[in-house]
Amino acid sequence: MSGIHDFTLASARDALKARKISAVELTNAHIDAIERLDGQLNSFITRTPDQAREAAKASDEALAKGEGGSLCGIPLGIKDLFCTNGVRTTAASKILGNFVPPYESTVTANLLKDGAVFLGKLNLDEFAMGSANLTSAFGPVENPWKRKDSDAKLVPGGSSGGSAAAVAAGLVLGATGTDTGGSIRQPAAFTGIAGIKPTYGRCSRFGTIAFASSLDQAGPMARNLQDCAILLESMAGFDPRDSTSVDTPVPHYEAALKRGVKGLRVGIPKEYHVEGMPAEIEALWQQGMTWLRDAGAEIVEVSLPHTKYGLPTYYIAALAEASSNLARYDGVRFGERVSAPTLDGLYEASRAAGFGDEVKRRILIGTHVLSSGYYDAYYLRAQKVRTLIQQDFLKAFESVDVLLTPTAPSGAFAQDEKPSDPVQMYLNDVFTVPASMAGVPALSVPAGLDARGVPLGLQLIGKFFDEETLIAAGHAIEQAAAFHHRPTIHAGVSA
Amino acid sequence: MSLDAKTVTRIARLARIGLQPEEVETLGKDMGSIIDWVEQLKEVDVTGVDPMIGTGLAKPRLREDRVTDGNCRDKVLSNAPEREGPFYTVPKVVE
Repeated sequence: MSGIHDFTLASARDALKARKISAVELTNAHIDAIERLDGQLNSFITRTPDQAREAAKASDEALAKGEGGSLCGIPLGIKDLFCTNGVRTTAASKILGNFVPPYESTVTANLLKDGAVFLGKLNLDEFAMGSANLTSAFGPVENPWKRKDSDAKLVPGGSSGGSAAAVAAGLVLGATGTDTGGSIRQPAAFTGIAGIKPTYGRCSRFGTIAFASSLDQAGPMARNLQDCAILLESMAGFDPRDSTSVDTPVPHYEAALKRGVKGLRVGIPKEYHVEGMPAEIEALWQQGMTWLRDAGAEIVEVSLPHTKYGLPTYYIAALAEASSNLARYDGVRFGERVSAPTLDGLYEASRAAGFGDEVKRRILIGTHVLSSGYYDAYYLRAQKVRTLIQQDFLKAFESVDVLLTPTAPSGAFAQDEKPSDPVQMYLNDVFTVPASMAGVPALSVPAGLDARGVPLGLQLIGKFFDEETLIAAGHAIEQAAAFHHRPTIHAGVSA
Repeated sequence: MSLDAKTVTRIARLARIGLQPEEVETLGKDMGSIIDWVEQLKEVDVTGVDPMIGTGLAKPRLREDRVTDGNCRDKVLSNAPEREGPFYTVPKVVE
């Protein structure tokens, strides 16, 4: 065994059970890494070291008695979109800057029940609206990776950018993310880690601050798919408090790693060969096909004819839902209030001061597409196109088991290379949005480095509630890719 | 095409977001470019297609009609920016 920062979640779990390491040691090492590195990375909005040490102590007591759940003593980070009882939860927005939930989200309650140790709340784009973690009211997150030839600060992707950066830098063994149009998969790809967006309805949305309710889905982010599988098994499950939660048993996802891909039919959606895609992304995709073919899978071309309409449909549907969901931030019952002589004035002033530019822009577009005279032309039409997008996937899955695509059209870009046109920024999600629209599960695994030394990911998209096949196929890619690179900024690297 | 100031102001009023004059212009430009971009959905033939409302995976379910939560007034009020006793306060709305 090498250093404490070489553990994966799975190997840490095994070492804890075997009492080769204590939960207190493991937690302290991670708290120390956060203190050393997070001043630069800014992946945490709120750190909870005291609470973590208490939880680690309790874990050691449970482990000493041969007890403890599947995550007993495992240090995790929680995206600051999940309500945590008594711990400030901000959604990276000024408007919730002082919000302390008096209750626990179902996903985090599940993790706590299995013994996880929470190190704090992780940074994100404000209300999960962004693809570069540049819209947080608590400042941008820096990607721990650097280009070979420059010291430029790269973005970690978004919206789960804090989760991605913290996992990649070794500050936590795993993290929760949420994915509305790619917010788990794209940052996972940008930081060289794995992430799973499960089937819509697999993880409860209760206590997760809403962005677009028909799309939002929680999922795990970790160094590899085994770690993600362990986390997902804990996070998932039926919850009567979420009306869209689906009552279907949670499998033992970790077992799916061993399944292999022999005879698996892997679809390649021809519409994903988009114009202007960098040659190295195309080459990585071809490499992914070769890896899966060599492992015994059959590669089949399929068609998802409405792919090009995925993003515009998403930006109507998601923003309409966001404008409705964010109406609750009115300065009356919780959150920041700016006083004014009239009630409408209070709403307008509180929301003007509390929301950042991207959130305002999205609420306004959502309001516009839902407003009288525009509803049918924009919102209703988008919902119909969404039906066609979903049908594309269902039809493809009649002939294949999974789909293989790149996760994002590029590697991580620099903070100061952010496109000024919002539409250009939205194009980051071109490959991830369609699966979200359809509600099917998808994951990203690290598959290689680009010419400048920055990680790239491959995406697998699966059938409803068939996360196991995704994990099996993803693991075949992991084994072939043998991605063992580490970012420049990592807990295991002494300064 | 940029959205004009009158349109942006009307939308902002519906959304109850106060805007500074300089924000109106920038937002008009950004929103216009996003609206132009989503116009491409007009090419799609949606005749006879039902709108997708959620994924349809969860079955509607009934629950027993009984109180499952409650008696937590102080918790509910704990994040109120301003309150008087057990009440939220707002500016006077009725003369």
